[in-house]
Amino acid sequence: MSAGAMRRDESRGGRHECLRHNLLLEIGCEEIPDSMLSGALDYLGGAVSGLLKENDLGEPHVRTDATPRRLVVRAEGVSARQPDSEERVWGPASNAPPAAIAGFAKKQGMAPEQLEILSDGKAMKYSFVRKIEGRPTTTILAEALPQLVLKAPFPKTMYWTGKGGVRFIRPIRWIVALLDDQVVPFEIAGVASGNESSGHRKLGAARFPVTYENFEAKLRENFVILSAAERRKRIRAVPTKYKCDNDLLDMLVNLTEWPTPFTGSFDAEFLDLPKEVLMMVMRHHQKYFAVETADGKLAPKFVAVTNTDGDPEGLIRHGNERVLRARFNDARFFWETDQKRKLSERVEDLKNVTFQAKLGSYYEKTERIYDLVNRMCALPAVSSQTDSAQVSNHAKRAARLCKADLTTELVKEFTELQGIIGGLYARAQGEPEEVAAAIYDHYKPVSMEDTIPGTMAGALLSIADKLDTLRGCFRVGLIPSGSKDPFALRRAAQGIVKILVEGKLRLPIQTLCDGNPQLEEFMAERVRHYFREIRGFQYDEVNAVLSSGWDDLLDVEERLIAVKAVRPTEDFEPLAASFKRIRNILKQAQFEGLGDSLQDGLIESGPERELFEAFEVTRLALKVLPDYRSRLEKVAGLRPKVDRFFDKILVNAPDPAVRRNRLTLLHHLLAEFSTIADFSEIVTNSPESKEIN
Amino acid sequence: MSQSVAPTFQEIVSRLKQYWSERGCVIQEPYDVEVGAGTSCPETFLRALGPKPYRTAYVQPSRRPADGRYGDNPNRLYKHMQLQVILKPTPADVIEQYMGSLEAIGIDLRKHDLKLEEDNWENPSLGAWGVGWQVMLDGLEITQFTYFQQCGGVDLELVPAEITYGLERLTAFLQNVDSVYDIEWTRGVKYRDVRYTDELQYSVYNFELADIPTLWKLFEIHEKEARRLVDSYAEYEPKKRFPLLATYDHVLKCSNLFNTLDARGAISVTERAAVIGRIRRLAVDVAADWLEQAA
Repeated sequence: MSAGAMRRDESRGGRHECLRHNLLLEIGCEEIPDSMLSGALDYLGGAVSGLLKENDLGEPHVRTDATPRRLVVRAEGVSARQPDSEERVWGPASNAPPAAIAGFAKKQGMAPEQLEILSDGKAMKYSFVRKIEGRPTTTILAEALPQLVLKAPFPKTMYWTGKGGVRFIRPIRWIVALLDDQVVPFEIAGVASGNESSGHRKLGAARFPVTYENFEAKLRENFVILSAAERRKRIRAVPTKYKCDNDLLDMLVNLTEWPTPFTGSFDAEFLDLPKEVLMMVMRHHQKYFAVETADGKLAPKFVAVTNTDGDPEGLIRHGNERVLRARFNDARFFWETDQKRKLSERVEDLKNVTFQAKLGSYYEKTERIYDLVNRMCALPAVSSQTDSAQVSNHAKRAARLCKADLTTELVKEFTELQGIIGGLYARAQGEPEEVAAAIYDHYKPVSMEDTIPGTMAGALLSIADKLDTLRGCFRVGLIPSGSKDPFALRRAAQGIVKILVEGKLRLPIQTLCDGNPQLEEFMAERVRHYFREIRGFQYDEVNAVLSSGWDDLLDVEERLIAVKAVRPTEDFEPLAASFKRIRNILKQAQFEGLGDSLQDGLIESGPERELFEAFEVTRLALKVLPDYRSRLEKVAGLRPKVDRFFDKILVNAPDPAVRRNRLTLLHHLLAEFSTIADFSEIVTNSPESKEIN
Repeated sequence: MSQSVAPTFQEIVSRLKQYWSERGCVIQEPYDVEVGAGTSCPETFLRALGPKPYRTAYVQPSRRPADGRYGDNPNRLYKHMQLQVILKPTPADVIEQYMGSLEAIGIDLRKHDLKLEEDNWENPSLGAWGVGWQVMLDGLEITQFTYFQQCGGVDLELVPAEITYGLERLTAFLQNVDSVYDIEWTRGVKYRDVRYTDELQYSVYNFELADIPTLWKLFEIHEKEARRLVDSYAEYEPKKRFPLLATYDHVLKCSNLFNTLDARGAISVTERAAVIGRIRRLAVDVAADWLEQAA
């Protein structure tokens, strides 16, 4: 016996009236880490919306909100219950013995005469229609919500009720679950849902009843602003003009329920300390916005955001100013202590700082960086420049000193400022400005959004440092796999690519990989990634261009721009398809005559000779055409001849000598015209691309 | 708040102890083996294990050899005082209780800015970790709040809340002084008067005079003794008499010697992981035996 498809009965009960209900779900937690809120809301909004739709409870408008202590989902336009439905239940065949029919009817709670005989598509059977009453929304939600909430994906969850207990981002302490004014009853981790929410920890009531309608107003009365947009506005509404840092702003929006900003100040004497250090303390340690003067200098002020409704006595401002003073004093203490020994005197100390067990100390790394810088300076990319002697001297001096700041107190305290501190110290200790700048910049770019080093010496140093890490790690087998990349080698390689291309440096990147094929492949992958993801070239264009060589990345860039420009022209893709075909033909023929020259006498007049002549003309033309684009256009112009050749000529000629000569022609065609890009890598829609000759 | 009414260092300590005493905590005295944090004390590390509820509070002088500054730095100390509170299992109103303790020492939280910012805690030498927050009061980190999840590599049966107050910071905040050395310990006696000498002398020892080969020898002696004891547990009967607490003291000795060697720059990055692993293996073994012994 089988149940037929469910059919909702829409006529009963007045569906439209049912849709007027509103759902409120608030998961009250201990302070949720600020970075977790948006992901949790994305999940919860989607999950609640999905749950309501799956159960045919309307297509409600769902919105989500969060503060550090609550995740809130509200849905408008929810049905009070599922619509009724009916299903057809099939019983025994129409010719079944009466006892079987009576048995079926009894089991289903029907009288035999209520059954009807119908075809289920295959046979005539006894059957009847069962009415199924739609379930109340409250019941459905009460069943589903606990699991739905607990499935919220968080990167690191905890348990708190005991071993084996439920896991969530932080302990759940209250739950509001209301369908209009009716509680949706369920329990999570021993906390029963109800209609009581909780206010700001200090300014609001611990528990107070809410309804769907008054929820936001009640929260506001209890010093909780539910809307993140409104909290953001409050933070922005401070008379002091500060440098808005959006990441910090988001963090503060998600750390507060009732944000109130204030402006604090610090002693202007601290402005003697480097701006970088002051900013780091304010931004990362204290979560303050830095304030700048009209001319872009740091002002002796900061903007902090409290989770309170004000600071009439100035106690909070006073406390924060005191903390900042202590932190700045620390920094000053470190700065002054560090000045007692120059960077140049600290280089020796690097013998005691391990870079990596198998790769030795930072002293050894320094030596290797120096050698690499030296080597790069001798290459034409650098040596051909007019100021090459100066660049070389500065880069080498910077290489000697660049890691010495690792032994300073300030870098031990603010590791994020390594390099930057070294640059500042170099400047303070009278090193040439170019040397200081090179050290300052040598970790750049720290991300793909970051800028590259500002000077040639800095670029060379940055490349040498990263290259040394890559070469060393690959040599001793510390090669990234999957998501594991503890030495951030991908970022290092990506940084080199970015510096070479954007710094217009024609250093031979592949050659610098030291003949290590694994490193070459790793580097090539970063080159592909850079041109695809950062520069937006098509993946097949990138593959095609890289197949023709990638040692000079500026050349790669030029060729890519040309391919991209020529690609939309009508001859290009068909020609690319023909090249693919040629490649397949040569492969299938196991063509080995790579050194053969063409024998003029074997070339048949007509399409074959026409192609040959066009080939010769094009080959010579390419030598004089000034740029890749016009050369590519010229090659694309071969298309009609190539097409005609394939139309009319049988490559696989009966005479082996003719056959070989034809294959040689194709081989030359491919070899001569693949120096800009390997066209056979271009993905085309032309039928040739699939055909195997 | 004005200077005159601010509680002294020792008044703050005794008010906090009083507060937690009223909430059912066993008030313990500091553990008498040197530790880097109150968490390492058996009152926390071992008591966190197993199904028995427990509440305790104690001050623990915590030694961090690398943080020593010869008594010159206003905020950094070789040895600072922690008030360690363990509530096992965690009551549902634990944060409200914690906030009550701040009010008990005279902080009117309606006039101050209190934030709980994510800060998860991990002690790899003890195979222990938890999630929680650093508690920020007007921009100052005053407390580390942790829900323990594992100790000695074991999932905890009851989840304790660990509340660790930084007593010097808290007092400096209340007394409105910029240097911990200016804290009033008791009326007429400054923190400097009580503690400056040990800050200076231990800094000299840890950074200049500690003999590295001797420290390594000591490390190996304590490690060997701990290992010998742990290995003999399986054979020993009756189990209840087995001195796991004494064994654990040797593990703590190893941990402190490691910290001293580290401050001395005697441990390279790779050695570091290996030595931490040696200490962790001992801690994990003691934790497992402790659970069995208590069962």
